[in-house]
Amino acid sequence: MTPKVETIAHQFLEALPHAKALSMTLVEISEGGRVVLSMPYDARLVGDPASGVLHGGAVYALLDTASGLASMLHAGSAGSTATLGMRVDYMRPATPGQRITAEAVCYNMTRTVAFVRATATDDDTTRPVATTNATFTNEPRRGARS
Amino acid sequence: MTRKPPEPVQVIKQRRDSALRALVNGVPYIQFMGIEFDRRGDELTAIMPFSENLIGNPILPALHGGATAGFLEVTAIIELAWQTLWEDMEQGRLDPTSLDPAHLPRLPKTIDFTVDYLRSGLPRDAYARARVNRSGRRYASVHVEAWQDNRSRLFAQATGHFLMPSRDAPRNED
Repeated sequence: MTPKVETIAHQFLEALPHAKALSMTLVEISEGGRVVLSMPYDARLVGDPASGVLHGGAVYALLDTASGLASMLHAGSAGSTATLGMRVDYMRPATPGQRITAEAVCYNMTRTVAFVRATATDDDTTRPVATTNATFTNEPRRGARS
Repeated sequence: MTRKPPEPVQVIKQRRDSALRALVNGVPYIQFMGIEFDRRGDELTAIMPFSENLIGNPILPALHGGATAGFLEVTAIIELAWQTLWEDMEQGRLDPTSLDPAHLPRLPKTIDFTVDYLRSGLPRDAYARARVNRSGRRYASVHVEAWQDNRSRLFAQATGHFLMPSRDAPRNED
């Protein structure tokens, strides 16, 4: 993908306080609205103190951010987006201490709605930690003319 | 025959509040998000005070969809855990003073969670309440509603399924 798109994606992540608070970083973007983000293990994000497993909300936030970015980078995007609905399935607890990586694909885009699927894994990439299915709005940037 | 005098209200309140505090303070993610719980009898209201760290769209600005979902999920899990804890406490099966970070009740695990974003989350405090629609021995179904300025204007709602901790397993052995 062109360096320009990568720059936009980096700037997008940098501008999101919640993404920064969770130390999300861009791993890869490719044609057709596919985005890979990752996030380090952080003891402050633990949801089960007995096992040290990350809270589902933190993993969800990574999947949501990757999915939103995927819809914005899709060729049919009008420039801005917001999550309409998202369903997450938690398949297994993420292994404590390991990075979480989320891969999102915007697999269908209409004039008004983006459909995005995403999967999160830890070091064991063969078994997903969580998957999501989401719909996002497809709308022009605020202030821009449609 | 003499009846035992009722416990002083302050003693009861103190016991219930300390149990809730132990439950909520034991989870690092809840502290990270700054989420608090208000108790009226057994009814809980979750509060997520606004913080810059929760923003997901700096232009509007609006709360991050992930922060909103995390808030709803925390509300659902704590409500479920609280209902079990409340029952155990009221029936004298559990002594809340024994609750410290190493001896917390095991928390339900989220199986799936579906979030419906109704309007953008404003840069203000958010509130949420969960309703347990079904709670079986193994699975539970919970609905959560979140609002900001007006109780009747929800900004997000969610429904999820949870795996309940097994009741006869030992609590968090150390």
